[in-house]
Amino acid sequence: MIKTIGICKSFSDRKVLSGIDLDIKPGMIFGLLGPSGAGKTTLIKIITGQLAPDSGEVNVLGRNVSELTGEDKKKIGIMMDNHGMYDRMSCTDNLKIFADIYGVPYSEISRTLKEVGLGDAAKTPAMKLSKGMRARLHLARVLMISPKILFLDEPTSGLDPMTMKYIHKLITEQKDKGCTVFLTTHNMEEATVLCDEVALLNEGKIVERGAPDQVCRRYNHQKKINIHLVSGEDIELAHEAGSAEELEKLMSQGKIETIHSSEPTLETVFIELTGRKLDNGEEAQYA
Amino acid sequence: MRNIGVIIRKQLKDTIKNKTVLIQFVMFPVLTLIFEHAISIPDMPELFFTKLFSVMYMGMAPLTAVAAIISEEKEKNTLRVLMMANVKPWEYLAGIGIYVWTICMAGAGVMATSLPAGDVPFFLGVMATGFLISIAVGACVGIAAPNQMVSTSMVMPVMLVFSFAPMLAMFNDKIEKVAKIFYTQQIRMLLNNMTLDGIRPENIAVVAVNAVLALILFFAVFRRKGLEG
Repeated sequence: MIKTIGICKSFSDRKVLSGIDLDIKPGMIFGLLGPSGAGKTTLIKIITGQLAPDSGEVNVLGRNVSELTGEDKKKIGIMMDNHGMYDRMSCTDNLKIFADIYGVPYSEISRTLKEVGLGDAAKTPAMKLSKGMRARLHLARVLMISPKILFLDEPTSGLDPMTMKYIHKLITEQKDKGCTVFLTTHNMEEATVLCDEVALLNEGKIVERGAPDQVCRRYNHQKKINIHLVSGEDIELAHEAGSAEELEKLMSQGKIETIHSSEPTLETVFIELTGRKLDNGEEAQYA
Repeated sequence: MRNIGVIIRKQLKDTIKNKTVLIQFVMFPVLTLIFEHAISIPDMPELFFTKLFSVMYMGMAPLTAVAAIISEEKEKNTLRVLMMANVKPWEYLAGIGIYVWTICMAGAGVMATSLPAGDVPFFLGVMATGFLISIAVGACVGIAAPNQMVSTSMVMPVMLVFSFAPMLAMFNDKIEKVAKIFYTQQIRMLLNNMTLDGIRPENIAVVAVNAVLALILFFAVFRRKGLEG
């Protein structure tokens, strides 16, 4: 559905992307993770044809992105972080513009607004919407066209947990309808919950890729079980057969309050690989 | 072609709620009606306010409206969304141009109500030509400016020169000599005569040169910056 081969891009002397290869299968939610400035938005702009790469090839819907026809583009929904709305116009009127351009019947407008939870705000001017409602209106604009591919650039950035969950639900519903979703995020929880496959982007290079749980397991060097006892004491057992007897004993005595295995998260994997945090791009000490 | 219609409809809806642009379209036609009917000064030339305000309207409204619309869309990134939705730059510009031209012609129609019926076709024809040149100049500013603030700074001196030079030329011979190189002054001279017979080659030549320069400038800016800058 989306394939990139050796994408490179520089701005002045700064190399932003170097040799990006991706192969995203239909119906998959693919997450591109990286800190701010890693090159995520540049890559999404190149894949969507907004920016030309210095070298490399991008294929979307089986065609080179520069050769996409108007009909092909109607199958692609793009929600970029910085894309605007017509602030003075109502939610319905904002969607009507794009319904007219894409040839979508007006009945889809109210259906989509209800779907994203903006049914009651249909006549509200976009300028009066909260940040979360604006994000949902952005999403409504792209969902209304029933896209085959959905590009979402930081779709939940800066949103409250409730709105974030709501948007996650909408994204998952799109996947269930067969839509391929390409999302960029620096929220590793979001990526873990939503994505079938992730790629970790750092300084313009993909440093790791795969299903989130596979990636995490790959870096599970510690293989420990952390137990917090009712008494308040913390103990650590090796994640191996030899610990089974002690674990059984603690459990049978009812001494265990919480128990966790020590698989790393995508965040810790990223820190291990790059020494940087995902959420702010600042240097982090990896311990 | 459908996208041009979409842009025009979008702009119609938006302008009703956009007081800054709306006032540009309405101000001079309304002032003309009021002044023509309310003010009468001895020895004042016939239809003085209609002719004066028409030229000011031509040099101001289309220019500022087009520049404001394009620069606002750039600043708010709605233009990008339209381009992503496969609206071609020429479709967008044509939509905005047709919309502004039509609204301005409606304004000119209102101003023409003070004229004798026989002069109306000539008046509207001349105004239509002037509006086209102003729209091209406004588009240059809108394309060149990265945001609304820069656009306002750029459009203000241009608009002042085109719209006020003909008025100032009435009071100062030196200004009149300079103002003759602008299409607005030539159009004011055409409106003063208000007949086909009164058209002089100089009038047509200056208006044509202004139009060609505006087009050359438009294509140069468009080629250099693209619609989105």
